[in-house]
Parts: sequence; structure tokens; C-alpha cells
Amino acid sequence: MTLEKPRRGFVREVLGRSDYAIISELIEPNTKVLDLGCGDGDLLAWLAENKNVEGRGIEISSARVQRAIARGVSVYQGDIDQGLADYPDQAFDYVILSQTLQETRQPLKVLSDILRAGRRAIVAFPNFGHWRVRLAHLASGRSPRTALFPHEWYSSPNIHFLTVLDFEELARRENWTIERRIFLAGHRELSVLPNLLAEVAVFLIRK
Amino acid sequence: MIVQTKSVRFDSISLDGGSTVAPVDVAYQSYGVLNAARSNAILVSHAFSGDAHAAGISPETGKPGWWDNMIGPGKAFDTNKYFVLCSNVLGGCRGTTGPSSVNPATGKPYAMSFPIITIGDMVRLQKMLVEHLGIQRLLAATGGSMGGMQALEWAVAYPGMVASAIPIATTARHSAQQIAFDEVGRQAVMADPDWAGGDYYDKNPPARGLSVARMVGHITYMSDDSMREKFGRRLRNRDEFGSDFEAEFEVESYLRYRGSQFVYRFDANSYLYITKAMDYFDLANGCASLAQALERATARFLVISFTSDWLYPSYQSQEIVNALRSRNKDVAYCELNSNYGHDAFLVDVGEQTEMVRGFLARVAREEGVL
Repeated sequence: MTLEKPRRGFVREVLGRSDYAIISELIEPNTKVLDLGCGDGDLLAWLAENKNVEGRGIEISSARVQRAIARGVSVYQGDIDQGLADYPDQAFDYVILSQTLQETRQPLKVLSDILRAGRRAIVAFPNFGHWRVRLAHLASGRSPRTALFPHEWYSSPNIHFLTVLDFEELARRENWTIERRIFLAGHRELSVLPNLLAEVAVFLIRK
Repeated sequence: MIVQTKSVRFDSISLDGGSTVAPVDVAYQSYGVLNAARSNAILVSHAFSGDAHAAGISPETGKPGWWDNMIGPGKAFDTNKYFVLCSNVLGGCRGTTGPSSVNPATGKPYAMSFPIITIGDMVRLQKMLVEHLGIQRLLAATGGSMGGMQALEWAVAYPGMVASAIPIATTARHSAQQIAFDEVGRQAVMADPDWAGGDYYDKNPPARGLSVARMVGHITYMSDDSMREKFGRRLRNRDEFGSDFEAEFEVESYLRYRGSQFVYRFDANSYLYITKAMDYFDLANGCASLAQALERATARFLVISFTSDWLYPSYQSQEIVNALRSRNKDVAYCELNSNYGHDAFLVDVGEQTEMVRGFLARVAREEGVL
């Protein structure tokens, strides 16, 4: 797969995911990358192949770790709430946390650990401030269920619900520098009203 | 595939303890073909009671090797691609020099005059064999249990000679519990009057003691679940309790059988020396920490443990993995689900196979080995 310049405002997919496309654009070639909650190692394998990235992953599911290792990706079976502590400072050029922040027990601790172990962090998360979520909540009076947040409250892996504004405010409070912010709605990159219109937000941050 | 055990003799080997053994024989088997660049060699180290017969069929016994399900054409260690080597450990009794070998100075078996050996000594002898075969760098050093200790030792002692290490169901050091089980085994051997201070080679060997030691060992290799599945409380050849202390439960009968068979193929003094070598092993020896010890390693690591392995529990593998991660080493780790206890690495090899195959393919690619 080659990285041709997409049409303005249109985000193509990498491995069927538009956030992967953004992430893979943010990552410089020949770097060292840690992917947290890396699943089967799809993104790491793609980055190794296309950007000569030296990748590592952490994943909790044994079955997924097996598949990742079987395709030649160095994945460690562990919990990202605890697993980051062992890495030395600045061990990676980038640490990726894709669609997982809302599932961690201690998001702030995880983010702080990430910014210690990595020079930069790429954080992608579903935006709880999206208008459909707001509307679903207001109209139904129940925990909102949308295409983005499809789970019942009792079986959802999501335990923290954050919005674009929440994240920006936390970054300000913690003095993190936001180098890039990219907002996605479907395959469109947004430039206005991200907290209302973005389904997924991707931030490139550093300490 | 019939495989022959080969043997090579070296003038001497210096040991960690300061003494030397001269001469020293190494028994080994190999599978597959060493490529012209001699870059496709994988060293498999056997566990405590194993031997050089890791794969194929033995012409003497007609039995397959102890890891025949992992080594062969199309298997995890694919002999269509790789040259796989396995040697009997120093101190062993299956062709490599050990306490049952004849000491040329006296014309009698060494017995307890054999010097104390370490995992480091075993690996030093393997290195002599590997170099003898003209191999400068192993594509992988691997093994389960004590074989895993040797793989770890390789990565630390000779970092330039191993492109990868695959330690399975193992530890960087024995816990008190592991030492305790080894000590029970040793005491069972030494409590047998036939042991006679180790000088039994022209008399009856301490078969009862060694057999009891092996029975204890077998319990530690299984899990509560696997024993329940395999034996439960079933009685053997009877419907009621006989109250005669015969082997009436199936599990009793199994353990007695395994114990009694073991004495035909294993030397009691080797049992003492090799268990001691395992107990002495500590990868962090002489270092401030395990992480510092692993600092020197340059190999890529694949570490595997099993959920039901209570003899070498996963936390011991995780200690190794965390130490490697703290030095930013290339390490993959997975705890596989299995009911088979410590034996899982020998018998429950489906998932292990997939991971080893993919890991080796990457290492081979990165090393430029085709």
C-alpha cells in the first residue's frame, strides 16, 4: 500500500480504519513504536512493512497475542494499566493508544506513563461529545447508544467517557504540548466544531 | 525418519567451579540440513531428564524423540528450513560425560568424584559442539524447563552467538519450592541403601530411591486438572478397596510404572548432579539485578508460559520478560492456556507451534537467512 496524498478533507483507510490512516501518517519512518492494546498486531505489521518501523505491542488477550506473535510482531501479553512501568524513559519515538483510553482504569496515569516511555504519544479516542451521543442521551434518558458507542451500559468495555474538550483541557492542565489534532467524521477530516461533529479524535502530544 | 546419535570428544572442558573434566564426550542428534552459510542452525536444549533424541525415531528403541511434535518437516522447528541440533547435557547419562562415565585417571566411574556442574558449564559444552560444527551464530537457542534455562544462559553468556532465544516454561532462578522438590528427589535417592555413597556401578543401582524421586517429579509435571482427567479416583483392576497397599488407584499405578521405567534409562548420580545444577542456576548471579544480567543480551526473545504450570509458574516468565522490557530488549511473551501443567510444552503444542513458527520466520528474515 502506498501513501498517496488523499483528496482534501477525505481520509482513506489503512486496514479498514480511518484512524489507522491518520496514525500511520503521523509516524515518521524508521522509528521505534509501542502500540498499546495492539490486538492482532495489524497496525504494527503494517508499519513495519511500509515504514520500516521497529514495533512492539502490549495486548491483554492471549488469543490475540498468539496471532500477533505468529505473524512476527513482538507483542507482550499484559495489562496496559500496569504494563508500562517497566519500560525505560523515552524508550520509544511514539506510543500509540488507539481507541483504548476510554477502557483504561486510570487514564491519567496511563497517559503520564506513555509520555514517560515515549517521546510522543498518539492518542485516538471516540468522542463522547458527538451530537448523536448528546441527542441519544437527551431523547432517551438512558445511557446513550450510538454507532460509535454501541454497547449496553452493563457490557460496555468503556469505563471513562471523554470528549474532545475534556482531552484538550487535561492536556492544558498537565502542560502537554499538542502537536497535531485531527478530527474524523466517517472518512471526512473536520476543521470546525470538532467537539460536536467529530466521531474520533486523534492527538499527537508530547510532554 | 530414523536418526542416529552422534558423538564428539573434546580434550577437556573447564568448569565454573574451577576444575576440568578431560576428556569430555558430547552425544548429539541433528535434523535438517545446515546451509552453506551455516546460518540456519537452531539449538534445542533438553529438560532435566531428556536426552539428545529430540526428534525422529530411535533405531534402538523405535521411539520418537521427546519433542518430535515440534521438530520436523513443516513443524514449528521446520527441518525443511532449519538445521536443528540437540545434545545431551554435561553431567547426563545418555552419551555425554557425566558421573557414570569412566574417569581415565582411575579406570572407574567418576560417581561422586565428578565435579559439581552448572547450567553455564552445560552451555559451554554446547558452545564447543556448535563451534566444532562450524556454526558461528545460532538462529535460535530454545528449550523448555531446564532447556529454557540453557537458552537464557546462551543469550547472556554468548550474546553474539544467538540471534534469538525461545525459553519456554522456565525461570531465571529456582524458587524455594522448586529447590524443595529437587531436594526431596535427591533425598529419596540418597536414602536408598543401594545408593552406597554413589558407588553402585558394579552393584544394584538405587532403583527404589530413584523411582520415588521420579514419582514426585511426575506429580509436579502435571496439574490438578490433568490428573483428575487422566486418573480421577478410578481403581485399577478391581471394584473395591483391597486394603493391601497395592497400587489400587490408577494414579498410584501410573506413578509406580513411570518410576520403575525411569531407572532403566537414568543414572541416579546424574539425577543428583543435574538437579543441583538447576538449583544453583541464577541468571542474575554476580549482577545487581536480573535486568542488569540481561543487559548484555542482544537476542530477540520469545518467552512462553502455561496457565496450569505450577512448577514453573507464569510469574517466573514474566520476571524475565519485565527485566528484558526494562532494558528495552526485543521480547514477545504469551501465557498459553493449557490444562497439562508443566508438561504442556511437550504435549500441548498447537498454539506454541504457531508462535514459534512466526517468530522464527521473522528472525530468519531479519538475519537474512532463507
